[in-house]
Amino acid sequence: MEPLSTFEIAGRIIYQLSPVWFSLVILYAASIGFKRRLGLYGKLFDSPIGMIGFGLVMFWVFTGIYGAMDMIITHDPLVQVSGMKNKVPGTPMNGATEADYPYYLLGGDNLARDVFSRLVKGAWEVIKIAPMAAVFAFMVGITLGLPAGYYGGRLDTTLSFAANLILAFPVILLFYLLVTPEIVATGVPNYMAIVLFIFPIIFVGVLLNSRYYTRPKVRNLVLPLVLGIIIWFYLQLVSNGGYLINTPAYSIPGLPRVMDMFDIPGGILVVFVSVVFVNSPTVFRIVRGLTLDIKTRDYVAAAQTRGEGPWYIMLWEILPNARGPLIVDFCLRIGYTTILLGTLGFFGLGLPPESPDWGSTINDGRKLLSIYLHPALPPAFALLTLVLGLNLLADGLREESLKD
Amino acid sequence: MGLFILRRSGVMLLTALCLTFIVFFLTNLYPNLEKLAKTQGNFRMSDEAVASWLDANGYGGSMVSKYGQWLGVLPGWTRETEKGFTGRCMTGAVSAEEANEAPTFCGILQGDWGYSTRFKDEVSTIIAERLGNTGRLMFWVLVLMVPSALLIGVLAGMREGSVTDRSLSTASILTTATPEYVSGVIFIAVFTSSTVGLKWFKGTATSAMDNPTFENFFLPVLTIALYGMGYIARMTRASMTEVMTAQYIRTARLKGVSFHNIVLKHALRNALIAPFTVIMLQFPWLLNGVVIVETLFNYKGFGWILVEAAGNNDIELLLAVSVVSVFVVLITQLISDIGYVYLNPRIRIS
Repeated sequence: MEPLSTFEIAGRIIYQLSPVWFSLVILYAASIGFKRRLGLYGKLFDSPIGMIGFGLVMFWVFTGIYGAMDMIITHDPLVQVSGMKNKVPGTPMNGATEADYPYYLLGGDNLARDVFSRLVKGAWEVIKIAPMAAVFAFMVGITLGLPAGYYGGRLDTTLSFAANLILAFPVILLFYLLVTPEIVATGVPNYMAIVLFIFPIIFVGVLLNSRYYTRPKVRNLVLPLVLGIIIWFYLQLVSNGGYLINTPAYSIPGLPRVMDMFDIPGGILVVFVSVVFVNSPTVFRIVRGLTLDIKTRDYVAAAQTRGEGPWYIMLWEILPNARGPLIVDFCLRIGYTTILLGTLGFFGLGLPPESPDWGSTINDGRKLLSIYLHPALPPAFALLTLVLGLNLLADGLREESLKD
Repeated sequence: MGLFILRRSGVMLLTALCLTFIVFFLTNLYPNLEKLAKTQGNFRMSDEAVASWLDANGYGGSMVSKYGQWLGVLPGWTRETEKGFTGRCMTGAVSAEEANEAPTFCGILQGDWGYSTRFKDEVSTIIAERLGNTGRLMFWVLVLMVPSALLIGVLAGMREGSVTDRSLSTASILTTATPEYVSGVIFIAVFTSSTVGLKWFKGTATSAMDNPTFENFFLPVLTIALYGMGYIARMTRASMTEVMTAQYIRTARLKGVSFHNIVLKHALRNALIAPFTVIMLQFPWLLNGVVIVETLFNYKGFGWILVEAAGNNDIELLLAVSVVSVFVVLITQLISDIGYVYLNPRIRIS
């Protein structure tokens, strides 16, 4: 078979991605159709920059999700095919059978794996970690930042000192110290996971309690139910194979295996924990600053005069009014997390060596960069467009939220 | 002002102590020490052999006492072996008289940074040499980054919403969205590979350590500078647009001052206060960029020894690296605080 020309490659890639285009068109048609009823999200479709950014982000989200469902990929991202090493884009697959896709659309990498399939699978690696890591970082930052800003005093001094302590650490040094097999063996990441993942429980618990404590009947029904589910998830998250911490020297038993629906591989957990750990101090500082500003407003004074409790004021008066900057920062933080994940992959930390994530792929590809461009450039552009999309989205949201 | 600097220095010292203790704690966890023993001794050591190696080389004992020794507030360890006396403050095995003459304390407070197990050399000489390389890199990064970022920011913020503003803002968003390992790879691909064929620059900066030229040094400098540039430019733009809507600018305009003069004489000085702090706070990120770029371009500087030390659990080198980087970060924070107070008359006078 003849190698494909550039146009044919582009055509085939666009065809492979057709579920993504389909989903994007439906999403945009629906959103633009109902944009007046969708609040801030609807207003996003008034700003061209926001729309472009949102499009880029959703493109990668859909690609990641469909890729995880094995829909877009043409080959197994881990399988090596002999004779396909470093082959240029559009090369026909060596010894392809009827069932195989006949071409390597973006060529083969230095281990003769399909670059296109690895790119698509790499999108899923980012999509499954980055937003969740940002959510957890926000939970930690908000739960600590609100009281620090609201109460001030010694609590504020202590927490700010701790936050500055983490911020003064060069991120890469921290990663090198935390994300090594030796540290994983000591169980330090598990301890950190146990501490960091507790914050969402505190956050939701206090949020619901402060809202419903005047109506004990509702509270006694809602609070145990919600907290029960979250705590169950928490225990599933932190316990692995029946143990909270399982080192050669000692182990702490956790949730029995019967109740444990999923296990997070140690490598992913340590990456997740360290990314959350690095991000939360910045969120803390932002939330603290916003709280310091908002607590001087009249509606906070009004709530205090009404006799509302401090946590009610923090979570139901201050937090909703700080949402604008927080939503914008949330988008930027997902982008930053993506960059951090790429950095981890680039230094070969944490993620398994076969992993198709973009950072590792760039690192593998850069060694032969002066001869073969195609293994390194696609993941580089993918990462670039995703982070750019998130930045543009944040910019669009900022502009639209300022218009009120 | 004096009290402020004193208090900040106190906090800084406390931070440095806490951070070095964290690094010390993490590098001295048992699995790390075991790995160190096996790489230094041999890989087939039994558990007892590892334990005795660690004890003979001063890695035994409690975490706090080892940290105190490293700091120089506790006396260094000594052991008596068949070959003579060994200890923290002695090199190799020495006789009893020499052991008596050796200093009791030798930590960083005495200026002794320890011995690198990876490079087999004194940590202080390694750090000094590599820091010089990185210093040169950083200097050119700042020379390139700061003026261009300020120029872009001022040009964009001069007339908010204009075509210049839109295109420059988009460009700065683009650079903030491009981490060093992405832009570096793209630059190497475009400007150095034989496939594209431009071959304007060199893909490695190894030769730049002895003989930096435009050809081998520009790409690493550009790669680091670009990532930081966008952020500073956006901050400058925000501060510039804010100043341009201020009352005194309107007054100047109504008086008939030319646009040129308004920007240069009235707006610029007030608009540059905020970017100053931002540039100073950008240093921790530059440090990250340095590590990535030095790995990417094979330039053996400070970032490169960080990677080497961390990869080989070279405890004393790693501690020295973290001391240096933490001090760089904290001192720039201090300068940014002092500079902010000094530049902003409203704070200075009150």
